[in-house]
Amino acid sequence: MAKFRKEGGRKMQAISTASLPDIVFMLLFFFMTTTSMKETTYKVNIGLPSATQLTKLEKKSLVKYVYIGSPKREFVKSFGTESRVQLDEAFANDPKEVQEYIIKERSAMKECDQGFMVVAMKVDKDTKMGIVTDVKQALRRANALKLNYTALGK
Amino acid sequence: MGKKKREVQEVNASSTADIAFLLLVFFLVTTSMSTDKGLARRLPPPVPENQEVPDNIEVNKRNVLTVLVNSRNDLLVNGEVMDVSRLKDKAKEFILNKAGDPELPELFTEDFGPGIGTQTYTKKHVISLQNDRGTQYQAYISVQNALVAAYDEVRDEFCLPKFGKKFAELDEETQKAVQKIYPQKISEAEPKDYSNN
Repeated sequence: MAKFRKEGGRKMQAISTASLPDIVFMLLFFFMTTTSMKETTYKVNIGLPSATQLTKLEKKSLVKYVYIGSPKREFVKSFGTESRVQLDEAFANDPKEVQEYIIKERSAMKECDQGFMVVAMKVDKDTKMGIVTDVKQALRRANALKLNYTALGK
Repeated sequence: MGKKKREVQEVNASSTADIAFLLLVFFLVTTSMSTDKGLARRLPPPVPENQEVPDNIEVNKRNVLTVLVNSRNDLLVNGEVMDVSRLKDKAKEFILNKAGDPELPELFTEDFGPGIGTQTYTKKHVISLQNDRGTQYQAYISVQNALVAAYDEVRDEFCLPKFGKKFAELDEETQKAVQKIYPQKISEAEPKDYSNN
Protein backbone atom coordinates (compact mmCIF):
# COMPACT_ATOMS: atom_id res chain seq x y z
CA MET A 1 0.00 0.00 0.00
CA ALA A 2 1.18 3.42 -0.80
CA LYS A 3 1.78 5.77 1.99
CA PHE A 4 -0.17 8.92 2.10
CA ARG A 5 1.23 12.15 3.19
CA LYS A 6 -0.70 14.55 5.23
CA GLU A 7 -1.86 17.50 3.36
CA GLY A 8 0.25 20.60 3.48
CA GLY A 9 3.52 18.78 3.90
CA ARG A 10 5.84 19.06 6.88
CA LYS A 11 6.29 22.45 8.42
CA MET A 12 9.79 23.72 9.16
CA GLN A 13 10.36 23.85 12.83
CA ALA A 14 11.16 27.32 14.13
CA ILE A 15 14.72 27.69 15.38
CA SER A 16 14.72 28.34 19.05
CA THR A 17 16.09 31.77 19.88
CA ALA A 18 15.99 31.20 23.58
CA SER A 19 19.80 31.11 23.81
CA LEU A 20 20.31 34.27 21.79
CA PRO A 21 20.25 36.57 24.84
CA ASP A 22 22.87 34.39 26.49
CA ILE A 23 25.16 34.66 23.50
CA VAL A 24 24.74 38.41 23.33
CA PHE A 25 25.35 38.74 27.06
CA MET A 26 28.56 36.80 26.67
CA LEU A 27 29.67 39.21 23.98
CA LEU A 28 28.67 42.09 26.20
CA PHE A 29 30.75 40.85 29.11
CA PHE A 30 33.68 40.22 26.81
CA PHE A 31 33.64 43.81 25.64
CA MET A 32 33.04 45.17 29.12
CA THR A 33 36.14 43.45 30.46
CA THR A 34 38.53 43.99 27.57
CA THR A 35 37.84 47.61 26.78
CA SER A 36 38.17 50.69 28.86
CA MET A 37 36.13 53.85 28.98
CA LYS A 38 37.30 56.72 26.84
CA GLU A 39 39.03 59.25 29.08
CA THR A 40 37.43 62.35 27.63
CA THR A 41 36.09 63.73 24.44
CA TYR A 42 38.81 65.59 22.63
CA LYS A 43 38.30 69.25 22.04
CA VAL A 44 41.56 69.48 20.16
CA ASN A 45 42.75 67.67 17.07
CA ILE A 46 45.31 65.08 18.02
CA GLY A 47 47.21 63.19 15.36
CA LEU A 48 49.73 61.25 17.38
CA PRO A 49 53.36 61.18 16.28
CA SER A 50 55.00 57.89 15.41
CA ALA A 51 57.88 56.24 17.24
CA THR A 52 59.31 52.77 17.74
CA GLN A 53 60.62 52.50 21.30
CA LEU A 54 57.25 52.39 22.99
CA THR A 55 56.27 51.26 26.44
CA LYS A 56 52.75 50.44 27.49
CA LEU A 57 50.90 52.66 29.89
CA GLU A 58 49.94 50.21 32.51
CA LYS A 59 47.69 51.17 35.35
CA LYS A 60 45.06 53.53 34.04
CA SER A 61 44.28 54.90 37.47
CA LEU A 62 47.81 56.24 37.78
CA VAL A 63 47.74 58.08 34.49
CA LYS A 64 46.73 61.70 34.07
CA TYR A 65 46.32 63.11 30.63
CA VAL A 66 47.32 66.41 29.10
CA TYR A 67 46.18 67.10 25.55
CA ILE A 68 47.74 69.64 23.24
CA GLY A 69 46.63 70.47 19.73
CA SER A 70 44.73 72.92 17.60
CA PRO A 71 41.08 73.35 18.65
CA LYS A 72 38.47 71.37 16.77
CA ARG A 73 36.38 73.08 14.15
CA GLU A 74 33.46 73.91 16.42
CA PHE A 75 35.78 75.71 18.83
CA VAL A 76 37.77 77.66 16.26
CA LYS A 77 35.38 80.61 16.52
CA SER A 78 35.94 81.12 20.22
CA PHE A 79 39.48 79.81 20.64
CA GLY A 80 41.19 80.38 17.30
CA THR A 81 43.46 77.95 15.52
CA GLU A 82 46.55 78.30 17.70
CA SER A 83 47.54 75.15 19.62
CA ARG A 84 45.94 74.88 23.03
CA VAL A 85 46.12 72.76 26.13
CA GLN A 86 43.09 70.71 27.11
CA LEU A 87 42.77 69.46 30.68
CA ASP A 88 39.92 67.08 31.34
CA GLU A 89 36.95 68.60 29.53
CA ALA A 90 38.05 72.18 29.31
CA PHE A 91 40.64 74.32 27.61
CA ALA A 92 43.36 75.80 29.75
CA ASN A 93 43.94 79.50 29.22
CA ASP A 94 47.62 79.24 29.95
CA PRO A 95 50.04 76.29 29.90
CA LYS A 96 50.91 77.23 33.49
CA GLU A 97 47.49 76.02 34.63
CA VAL A 98 48.80 72.51 34.16
CA GLN A 99 50.75 72.85 37.39
CA GLU A 100 47.65 73.55 39.47
CA TYR A 101 45.67 70.88 37.67
CA ILE A 102 48.29 68.19 38.27
CA ILE A 103 48.69 69.10 41.94
CA LYS A 104 44.92 68.98 42.38
CA GLU A 105 44.62 65.66 40.58
CA ARG A 106 47.47 64.17 42.54
CA SER A 107 46.05 65.13 45.89
CA ALA A 108 42.82 63.40 44.88
CA MET A 109 44.71 60.16 44.39
CA LYS A 110 45.38 57.59 47.06
CA GLU A 111 48.39 58.56 49.07
CA CYS A 112 50.27 55.35 48.32
CA ASP A 113 49.75 55.87 44.60
CA GLN A 114 50.81 59.48 44.44
CA GLY A 115 54.45 58.71 43.83
CA PHE A 116 53.63 56.52 40.86
CA MET A 117 51.63 59.05 38.94
CA VAL A 118 52.44 59.23 35.24
CA VAL A 119 51.48 62.12 33.04
CA ALA A 120 50.65 61.09 29.50
CA MET A 121 51.13 63.83 26.96
CA LYS A 122 48.89 63.43 23.97
CA VAL A 123 50.22 65.99 21.59
CA ASP A 124 49.45 66.58 17.95
CA LYS A 125 52.46 65.93 15.77
CA ASP A 126 52.34 69.35 14.12
CA THR A 127 52.39 71.27 17.39
CA LYS A 128 55.26 73.66 17.94
CA MET A 129 57.59 72.74 20.79
CA GLY A 130 57.10 76.10 22.54
CA ILE A 131 53.80 75.20 24.17
CA VAL A 132 54.99 71.66 24.89
CA THR A 133 58.01 73.04 26.71
CA ASP A 134 55.85 75.40 28.75
CA VAL A 135 53.75 72.45 29.84
CA LYS A 136 56.86 70.45 30.66
CA GLN A 137 58.18 73.26 32.82
CA ALA A 138 54.82 73.43 34.60
CA LEU A 139 55.00 69.68 35.21
CA ARG A 140 58.48 70.06 36.61
CA ARG A 141 57.29 72.72 39.03
CA ALA A 142 54.43 70.43 40.03
CA ASN A 143 57.02 67.74 40.62
CA ALA A 144 55.32 65.37 38.20
CA LEU A 145 58.44 64.01 36.59
CA LYS A 146 57.29 60.76 35.06
CA LEU A 147 56.23 61.49 31.54
CA ASN A 148 54.92 59.45 28.70
CA TYR A 149 54.77 60.94 25.23
CA THR A 150 51.92 59.01 23.69
CA ALA A 151 52.80 57.84 20.20
CA LEU A 152 51.79 55.32 17.61
CA GLY A 153 53.94 52.35 16.75
CA LYS A 154 55.34 52.21 13.24
CA MET B 1 -19.15 24.74 37.56
CA GLY B 2 -15.89 23.18 36.93
CA LYS B 3 -13.09 25.56 37.74
CA LYS B 4 -10.24 25.51 35.30
CA LYS B 5 -6.83 25.59 36.84
CA ARG B 6 -5.20 28.79 35.71
CA GLU B 7 -1.67 28.35 34.51
CA VAL B 8 0.97 30.96 35.22
CA GLN B 9 1.72 32.55 31.96
CA GLU B 10 5.36 32.49 30.98
CA VAL B 11 7.08 35.84 30.68
CA ASN B 12 7.89 36.55 27.12
CA ALA B 13 11.67 36.59 26.95
CA SER B 14 12.12 37.30 23.29
CA SER B 15 13.05 40.93 23.94
CA THR B 16 15.95 40.23 26.29
CA ALA B 17 18.12 39.72 23.22
CA ASP B 18 17.24 43.21 22.04
CA ILE B 19 18.02 44.67 25.44
CA ALA B 20 21.35 42.91 25.54
CA PHE B 21 22.14 44.11 22.03
CA LEU B 22 21.42 47.66 23.09
CA LEU B 23 23.78 47.36 26.01
CA LEU B 24 26.41 45.79 23.79
CA VAL B 25 26.20 48.62 21.29
CA PHE B 26 26.40 51.16 24.09
CA PHE B 27 29.64 49.64 25.38
CA LEU B 28 31.09 49.33 21.91
CA VAL B 29 30.54 53.02 21.34
CA THR B 30 31.68 54.43 24.66
CA THR B 31 34.78 52.35 25.25
CA SER B 32 38.00 52.04 23.37
CA MET B 33 39.99 48.89 22.85
CA SER B 34 43.42 50.35 22.29
CA THR B 35 45.79 50.76 25.17
CA ASP B 36 47.98 53.81 24.97
CA LYS B 37 51.62 53.42 24.26
CA GLY B 38 54.30 56.01 24.36
CA LEU B 39 57.87 57.05 24.94
CA ALA B 40 58.55 56.99 28.66
CA ARG B 41 60.82 59.80 29.79
CA ARG B 42 61.75 61.40 33.07
CA LEU B 43 61.99 65.11 33.67
CA PRO B 44 64.76 66.58 35.80
CA PRO B 45 63.61 67.74 39.25
CA PRO B 46 62.70 71.41 39.52
CA VAL B 47 65.49 73.85 40.30
CA PRO B 48 64.99 75.82 43.52
CA GLU B 49 64.44 79.45 42.63
CA ASN B 50 67.18 80.92 44.73
CA GLN B 51 69.80 78.46 43.64
CA GLU B 52 72.86 80.02 42.12
CA VAL B 53 73.80 78.59 38.83
CA PRO B 54 77.46 77.75 38.90
CA ASP B 55 78.77 78.94 35.60
CA ASN B 56 82.05 77.18 35.77
CA ILE B 57 80.80 73.63 35.48
CA GLU B 58 83.55 71.94 33.64
CA VAL B 59 82.41 69.36 31.25
CA ASN B 60 85.04 68.03 29.00
CA LYS B 61 84.01 68.73 25.44
CA ARG B 62 84.63 65.20 24.33
CA ASN B 63 82.06 63.91 26.84
CA VAL B 64 79.18 65.85 25.36
CA LEU B 65 77.10 65.11 22.30
CA THR B 66 75.10 68.19 21.50
CA VAL B 67 72.00 67.66 19.45
CA LEU B 68 70.33 70.80 18.21
CA VAL B 69 67.01 70.92 16.41
CA ASN B 70 66.01 74.17 14.76
CA SER B 71 62.61 75.50 13.81
CA ARG B 72 62.88 73.92 10.38
CA ASN B 73 63.40 70.53 12.05
CA ASP B 74 67.02 70.32 10.85
CA LEU B 75 69.46 68.47 13.04
CA LEU B 76 72.90 69.60 14.10
CA VAL B 77 74.92 67.00 15.94
CA ASN B 78 78.21 68.24 17.34
CA GLY B 79 78.38 70.86 14.62
CA GLU B 80 77.50 68.46 11.84
CA VAL B 81 74.26 68.59 9.88
CA MET B 82 72.66 65.18 10.05
CA ASP B 83 69.52 63.29 9.15
CA VAL B 84 67.50 61.72 11.98
CA SER B 85 68.02 58.26 10.49
CA ARG B 86 71.75 58.53 11.18
CA LEU B 87 71.41 59.87 14.70
CA LYS B 88 70.96 56.46 16.31
CA ASP B 89 74.24 55.08 14.99
CA LYS B 90 76.05 58.28 15.85
CA ALA B 91 74.70 58.14 19.41
CA LYS B 92 75.67 54.48 19.76
CA GLU B 93 79.19 55.18 18.60
CA PHE B 94 79.32 58.03 21.11
CA ILE B 95 77.98 56.01 24.05
CA LEU B 96 80.27 53.05 23.47
CA ASN B 97 83.50 54.59 22.15
CA LYS B 98 84.72 51.11 21.32
CA ALA B 99 87.94 52.20 19.68
CA GLY B 100 88.99 54.54 22.47
CA ASP B 101 88.89 57.52 20.15
CA PRO B 102 90.27 60.63 21.92
CA GLU B 103 87.45 62.66 20.33
CA LEU B 104 84.78 60.48 21.94
CA PRO B 105 83.99 60.23 25.70
CA GLU B 106 86.63 59.16 28.19
CA LEU B 107 86.69 55.49 29.08
CA PHE B 108 86.67 54.29 32.66
CA THR B 109 87.15 50.77 33.91
CA GLU B 110 85.25 49.76 37.02
CA ASP B 111 84.18 46.65 38.83
CA PHE B 112 80.42 46.15 38.77
CA GLY B 113 80.32 43.28 41.22
CA PRO B 114 79.54 39.61 40.68
CA GLY B 115 77.77 38.59 37.50
CA ILE B 116 79.08 41.46 35.49
CA GLY B 117 82.68 41.97 36.52
CA THR B 118 84.91 44.76 35.35
CA GLN B 119 83.66 46.80 32.48
CA THR B 120 85.07 49.61 30.44
CA TYR B 121 82.50 52.28 29.89
CA THR B 122 82.04 55.95 29.18
CA LYS B 123 81.23 57.15 32.63
CA LYS B 124 80.86 60.84 32.02
CA HIS B 125 79.11 60.99 28.71
CA VAL B 126 76.10 63.25 28.33
CA ILE B 127 73.78 63.77 25.41
CA SER B 128 72.56 67.32 25.41
CA LEU B 129 69.39 67.99 23.51
CA GLN B 130 68.18 71.43 22.65
CA ASN B 131 65.34 72.47 20.43
CA ASP B 132 63.80 75.67 19.21
CA ARG B 133 60.36 76.80 20.32
CA GLY B 134 59.30 76.44 16.72
CA THR B 135 60.40 72.84 16.34
CA GLN B 136 57.69 70.48 15.23
CA TYR B 137 56.63 67.95 17.87
CA GLN B 138 57.08 65.00 15.52
CA ALA B 139 60.70 66.01 14.92
CA TYR B 140 61.30 66.22 18.66
CA ILE B 141 59.77 62.77 19.20
CA SER B 142 61.83 61.32 16.36
CA VAL B 143 65.04 62.60 17.95
CA GLN B 144 64.03 61.31 21.39
CA ASN B 145 63.07 58.01 19.82
CA ALA B 146 66.41 57.69 18.06
CA LEU B 147 68.31 58.38 21.29
CA VAL B 148 66.23 55.91 23.31
CA ALA B 149 66.68 53.35 20.52
CA ALA B 150 70.45 53.87 20.68
CA TYR B 151 70.49 53.17 24.43
CA ASP B 152 68.21 50.15 24.01
CA GLU B 153 70.46 48.69 21.34
CA VAL B 154 73.60 49.32 23.34
CA ARG B 155 72.05 47.54 26.31
CA ASP B 156 70.83 44.64 24.20
CA GLU B 157 74.21 44.23 22.55
CA PHE B 158 75.78 44.08 25.98
CA CYS B 159 73.23 41.67 27.45
CA LEU B 160 72.88 39.16 24.61
CA PRO B 161 76.41 37.71 24.65
CA LYS B 162 76.67 38.04 28.44
CA PHE B 163 73.34 36.62 29.62
CA GLY B 164 71.91 35.19 26.41
CA LYS B 165 68.86 37.39 26.85
CA LYS B 166 67.75 40.81 25.78
CA PHE B 167 67.72 43.62 28.31
CA ALA B 168 63.94 43.62 28.66
CA GLU B 169 63.89 39.90 29.46
CA LEU B 170 66.35 40.12 32.35
CA ASP B 171 65.30 40.14 35.97
CA GLU B 172 65.03 43.43 37.73
CA GLU B 173 68.30 43.27 39.61
CA THR B 174 70.40 42.58 36.54
CA GLN B 175 68.55 45.28 34.68
CA LYS B 176 69.51 47.76 37.34
CA ALA B 177 73.12 46.71 37.13
CA VAL B 178 73.15 47.09 33.36
CA GLN B 179 71.47 50.46 33.72
CA LYS B 180 74.37 51.50 35.89
CA ILE B 181 76.80 50.83 33.09
CA TYR B 182 74.64 52.42 30.43
CA PRO B 183 72.39 54.96 32.12
CA GLN B 184 70.24 57.11 29.89
CA LYS B 185 71.91 60.45 30.07
CA ILE B 186 69.81 62.70 27.94
CA SER B 187 69.81 66.23 29.21
CA GLU B 188 67.34 68.69 27.80
CA ALA B 189 68.23 72.33 27.80
CA GLU B 190 65.60 75.05 27.83
CA PRO B 191 64.61 75.76 24.27
CA LYS B 192 65.80 78.94 22.65
CA ASP B 193 63.55 81.20 20.73
CA TYR B 194 65.39 82.34 17.64
CA SER B 195 62.30 83.36 15.75
CA ASN B 196 62.04 86.85 17.19
CA ASN B 197 65.31 88.26 16.01
